[in-house]
Amino acid sequence: MQPTFNRFLAKAGPFLGLVLVIVLFSLPAETRPYFLTFHNFKIILTQTVIVATGALGMTMIIISGGIDLSVGSVIALTSVIGAQLIQRGLPTPLVVAAVIASGGFVGLLNGAAIAGLRMTPFIITLGSLGVARGVAKWMADNQTVNYDSSPINHWMMTANPFSLSLPAGVWITLVLAVLTSWMLRRTVIGRHIFALGSNESTARLCGIATTRLKLLIYVGAGCFFGLAGLFQLSRLRQGDPTVAIGLELDIIAAVIIGGASLNGGVGGILGSMIGALIMSVLRNGSQQMGWPTYFQEIIIGLVIVGAVFLDRWRQNRQAFSSPS
Amino acid sequence: MSPPSIQLRLQGVRKSFGATRALADVSLEIGVGEVHALIGENGAGKSTLMKILSGAHQADAGTMELSGQPYRPEDPQDARRKGVAMIYQELNLALHLSVMENILLGAESARAGVIDRAASRSRARAALEQLGHGGLPLDRPAGSFTIAEQQVIEIARALLTAPKVMIMDEPTSSLTQADTEKLFAVIRRLRAQGVSVIYISHFLEECERIADRFTVLKDGETVGGGPMAGTSLDRIAALMTGRAVEDLYALPAHSLGAVVLAARGLVRAPRLKRASFELRAGEIFGLAGLIGAGRTDLLRALFGLDELEAGAVEIVGAPAGRATPERRWGQGIGFLSENRKEEGLMLNQSLADNLTLAKLPAFARWGWIDRTRQLATTRQWIERLRVKCRDASQPIGELSGGNQQKVALARLLEHPARIFLLDEPTRGIDVGSKAQIYGLIGELAAAGKSVVVVSSYLPELLGLCDTIGVVCRGELAVVRPRSAWTEADIMRCATGSS
Repeated sequence: MQPTFNRFLAKAGPFLGLVLVIVLFSLPAETRPYFLTFHNFKIILTQTVIVATGALGMTMIIISGGIDLSVGSVIALTSVIGAQLIQRGLPTPLVVAAVIASGGFVGLLNGAAIAGLRMTPFIITLGSLGVARGVAKWMADNQTVNYDSSPINHWMMTANPFSLSLPAGVWITLVLAVLTSWMLRRTVIGRHIFALGSNESTARLCGIATTRLKLLIYVGAGCFFGLAGLFQLSRLRQGDPTVAIGLELDIIAAVIIGGASLNGGVGGILGSMIGALIMSVLRNGSQQMGWPTYFQEIIIGLVIVGAVFLDRWRQNRQAFSSPS
Repeated sequence: MSPPSIQLRLQGVRKSFGATRALADVSLEIGVGEVHALIGENGAGKSTLMKILSGAHQADAGTMELSGQPYRPEDPQDARRKGVAMIYQELNLALHLSVMENILLGAESARAGVIDRAASRSRARAALEQLGHGGLPLDRPAGSFTIAEQQVIEIARALLTAPKVMIMDEPTSSLTQADTEKLFAVIRRLRAQGVSVIYISHFLEECERIADRFTVLKDGETVGGGPMAGTSLDRIAALMTGRAVEDLYALPAHSLGAVVLAARGLVRAPRLKRASFELRAGEIFGLAGLIGAGRTDLLRALFGLDELEAGAVEIVGAPAGRATPERRWGQGIGFLSENRKEEGLMLNQSLADNLTLAKLPAFARWGWIDRTRQLATTRQWIERLRVKCRDASQPIGELSGGNQQKVALARLLEHPARIFLLDEPTRGIDVGSKAQIYGLIGELAAAGKSVVVVSSYLPELLGLCDTIGVVCRGELAVVRPRSAWTEADIMRCATGSS
């Protein structure tokens, strides 16, 4: 009985958490009239896009047993690159491709150091966090990068804010989530990513090219981060090198709340998406309650600690160990 | 060309690592469908030989033939492809992945990168059926199974490459008697299917039961071998150690004194249900029982590593009070964990640091550690226990298991403890070191100290202990002097069938 209950908890847990948070915020008088409207729902979804897209890449990394602290900086960097390319008049499809590729390139550098030089992901990405942010500020000359207009600006909104349609960004993220989830569950590469996180030496013993796989994971995730940078660009309508500071924590928290473990081997896209939604609902609800931003930060911080604590507790209950 | 009934033949295999000669001259012959025991002390060259066979190392000289063809694997993948599969002592499973995924890891059934679920299931099921375990649920995570079942999963994975030779390294070191029997059934099935099995084990009784032939390695050389039937274990042990087999358990005479420790009604969930016993000065007290019966829990609770839920402990007549390891050290009780790699030792630290850990303030003046004294004391113990090492500042992780265990014991001796709680003190170490540790325990008893030994090796308990208590499903009920026990009796009590 117990193992199945454990797995049920792992799967349903994040969803129950989401329901709980929504219920909590729909009760108070300040929020009740507005919180549960479709319009607010639309806003929450739109606000989730950036973290959710980042979480798609981060989920792969965390399942494989790694981590990437540089996401926020990469988002800032890629949004600056995007803005500058638009400034230079590059056609939109090229801008999109170039921005995603630049995210992938940073992933390549991270992955090469981690897989090739065998250095810990925490340290390497801590370094690239600083480097990417610095390069972003350098490229933007410490200012925001502005441009006249671009179709990209319309990705995060609909023509009529009160209509029943959802912005393109939401749909793109949804489709990518479905594809990524399918990839992780049904393809050989997906299962190898889990194997890598669960037991790297076993994976290597079974002939899996672990170095190449790690590289692939960081590059792939980097592409997702680049896309998140595009969404960030679309929302702000300018390239801002100081944006998304600390966003990596939201993204990592989303993935952990969603059921992944920092030790690797466990995790899923659906859970991460719910985790990202929980973070958005928290922020949205706090805003509507009129709480100051520092209060939001405290709450988010507590939720992150709670999520990691939950992760440990879940791991202990699952304890894959032998009796003595 | 070898006759077709020989599956694997090695001749004159040599391997050196720099100045160290690991294999001097090894010859081996294994027939088709033969279970062959490879026996030798730690450091005899077994693991080097296995690494060469499985492709992790290349031999410097010598020839290897597999099914009559020259055999020279370039790497482990190559070896597997050519038909040599290796099951390591430390199991290689991705615990979060399902049984099916583990079996097929690296050899998945896929179309254009997408996993073919139907084909995967049938391949995995077929492999398990070959081992007589066709009913194992394919979708549960591998980590939710027992060690014995996990072993079956790994053997199933090895079967996918249709191996001619399967090497098993110490496969039973973490298994119960029942699981060992099941493993033997699996090995017999493999044998019937024409697979040769190289069985590496310290347990000579097991080798005697399962192997058809054996080879003994000592100091990198083949020193003996032949059919298992009709060969006495004493002769094999003599070949291993290179000296005539004295009685391993010959202990100095000692007598039992007053009661130094009394435990009444100890309880700790989930495994320890009720334990009571008395320990006298100069007594060697053995705790027998199946794995999981609760013996380790008993020792840990006595020592204060886990909290007791009920029961009382008296030390020399006085209540022992709340148990913490710190207090227990102070009361003269020392504990040796069965898990020396994870609990007993700091593998990166030096011998000296490990040895003096429980008594560090005694080596310090006003908080500063006197390194010279630390090293000197360690060197004394190194000499006394004949620990094979470079020097006292060598990281202890570099020593062999037996020598690590000696240092771990020395920590208790240095402290000095009066009551020793030893959990599987000789597990996984070579015969030579075992003999030394037995001698040490004997000396302790002769000096009036008390020793509690948890062991799953019945001959050891019967040879070493004055008194033996059997723990069955968390209850320590039957305690008798050694003379009142036979192996069969102990097993019956341990399995609760008497």
